[in-house]
Amino acid sequence: MIEVRDLVKKYGSNTAVRGISFNIEKGRIYGLLGPNGAGKSTTMNIMTGCLSATSGSVKVDGFDIFEQPAEAKKRIGYLPEIPPLYIDMTPKEYLSFVAEAKGVPASKRDRQVGEVLELTGTDGVKDRLIRNLSKGFRQRVGIAQAMIGDPEIIILDEPTVGLDPKQIKEIRDLIRDLAQVKTVVISSHILAEVAEVCDHVLIISNGRLVADSELADLEEEAGRSNGLTVRARGSAADVKALLESVAGPGSVSVTGSSGGLTEAVVKSGAGREAEGAFRDKVFFAFASAGIPINEMYHRESSLESIFLELTEKDIYGGPEEDDGDVIPGVPDVGSADGGTAAAQGGAEGVAQEKPSGKKKKSAGGSGDYTPLFGGGEEEQDKGKGDDD
Amino acid sequence: MEAVFKREFRSYFTGMTGWIFFAVLFIFCGIFTTAINLLGHAASFEYVLSNMTIVLLFLMPVLAMRSLAEEKRSRTDGLLYSLPVGMRDVVAGKYLALVSVWGIACLAIGAVPLILSFYGKIYFASAYGTLLGFFLLGCALLAICMFFSSLMENQILVAVSGFGSLLLLYLMKGIASLIPAGAGTSLLAFIAVEAVAAVILYLLTKNIWTSVGAFALFAIPTVTVYLVKKSLFEGLFPKLLGYTAVFDRFDSFVNGIFDITAIVYYITLAFFFVWLSVQSMDRKRWN
Repeated sequence: MIEVRDLVKKYGSNTAVRGISFNIEKGRIYGLLGPNGAGKSTTMNIMTGCLSATSGSVKVDGFDIFEQPAEAKKRIGYLPEIPPLYIDMTPKEYLSFVAEAKGVPASKRDRQVGEVLELTGTDGVKDRLIRNLSKGFRQRVGIAQAMIGDPEIIILDEPTVGLDPKQIKEIRDLIRDLAQVKTVVISSHILAEVAEVCDHVLIISNGRLVADSELADLEEEAGRSNGLTVRARGSAADVKALLESVAGPGSVSVTGSSGGLTEAVVKSGAGREAEGAFRDKVFFAFASAGIPINEMYHRESSLESIFLELTEKDIYGGPEEDDGDVIPGVPDVGSADGGTAAAQGGAEGVAQEKPSGKKKKSAGGSGDYTPLFGGGEEEQDKGKGDDD
Repeated sequence: MEAVFKREFRSYFTGMTGWIFFAVLFIFCGIFTTAINLLGHAASFEYVLSNMTIVLLFLMPVLAMRSLAEEKRSRTDGLLYSLPVGMRDVVAGKYLALVSVWGIACLAIGAVPLILSFYGKIYFASAYGTLLGFFLLGCALLAICMFFSSLMENQILVAVSGFGSLLLLYLMKGIASLIPAGAGTSLLAFIAVEAVAAVILYLLTKNIWTSVGAFALFAIPTVTVYLVKKSLFEGLFPKLLGYTAVFDRFDSFVNGIFDITAIVYYITLAFFFVWLSVQSMDRKRWN
């Protein structure tokens, strides 16, 4: 339905989008995901003809958005990041205006406005001034506006930003309802949101498309690349040796040690089904060695980690500075790096495989252990939270 | 276009803008009518309109300031850009709404000569001809102010720069007479204007070669013509400046002449600035 090819957008000397290409297929929900300032809104603005591209093309059903804008725009309903509402009108007046401006025939206008009001749940406030509506309702009116004219594709830029949890849930439900009949593209910087609503994920980082895949595939990849984290009361060498005896050499990495406790991540190589049996083996191995296991858990659903990995790769220093890298409990400068690396290793099974980057430094279990459990626990909670 | 026009026109009257505009305009119309026609015993309504032009200097920027600037400030321009109609239709709808509000005001003012005719002899042809000129002058001024509205987000800035420009145009005849009429001065003035235009072009496009190219395109012929035929430049710049004296064109109406060239002049000016506004709005897509 939409074909985006080699999109580039420069603002003066600043390049916001650096050659993005993807396709939007009919009847699915797409999530455009990326950190703030990654180029999501710019991409959406170009896709909807609100902004020109420096180079590249966007075709909607074969119509170029720049060369045949009228035909292309008819097929798209767009809600920009800030809903374009005239606050001195009521939702009903506003939607009638949009319908007329979009060229909906006069005979169909009232009916369509009525339908859209009902679908978005704004029927009850249709005669109140938009100025007096809550943010949630304004957002709904904004979505209603995008639906006017019965476009096949609805593009929503951060539709849930700034809403309270109840409103967020309502808007998500609304998006799911919409997707029954339309193709929907939403953007978000919140992974959970995209994971919740979308079928297909497009991850944008620093103006580049770093992932374009089915949500299910991403989740599978995330699950596969994780290991089992074991924390036991024993020396690093003992724990490592014990785990290797179960899982085979080279599959264990010690991620930290403090106060007699050692934390290590082990990759069973087996699928998730064999996980239970593998855990049993680990338990008995440690039991017979007389080393108590304090904790054993599998970090599931680390979509988050894939997202972080993909979006950090590109950026020289990385947005790591503001991404929860400050780990409580890490005492000082010298050990900070190790602590960071270890904690991140624990959080992201994937990250350990990375050949470069500052995370790598001591993740491989070099024996130079640092107190880390403050950070480790924090990360772990996050991981567990994702399970639900 | 129709939808934008209707929404825009209505918004002048659901808010205060339209009413305040009417109120101020009618108050001054009343004051001038009282002073000139009633107390001054002059039978011509044209003088009232002539005095009213100074009121337009203030009122037109205020009426037009929110037209496009407000869309940008409240981010509703996103909707306009995503509409399947072109920016031309949107801006045309907005301009027509402005002209309609102004037209209604002029129709209301049109009642004054009728009322006066009960108490004395009024030359209707001259009075209404002047009113038509007055209306067209207003349309041209609105287009200029709307252009400023398309450039900026802040309405106050729009009003101030609109007022400044209209004042400049108001005083243009005097300014033109200040400039020495020599050929050399004219050349320098032209080059200066072209240089300023090139700088503005650079600010708009951020492309140094486009602006240098455009500057060369105009400056080289200017200098060439100057070298070939110096006499042509004698007094040329002040004369050209005189053409931009928008308000002075209105004098011929006041003096009882139905000046077709002035009518063409105002309509051309209006079209030109509406076109510029469309360009300015469309250009926003390129930033």
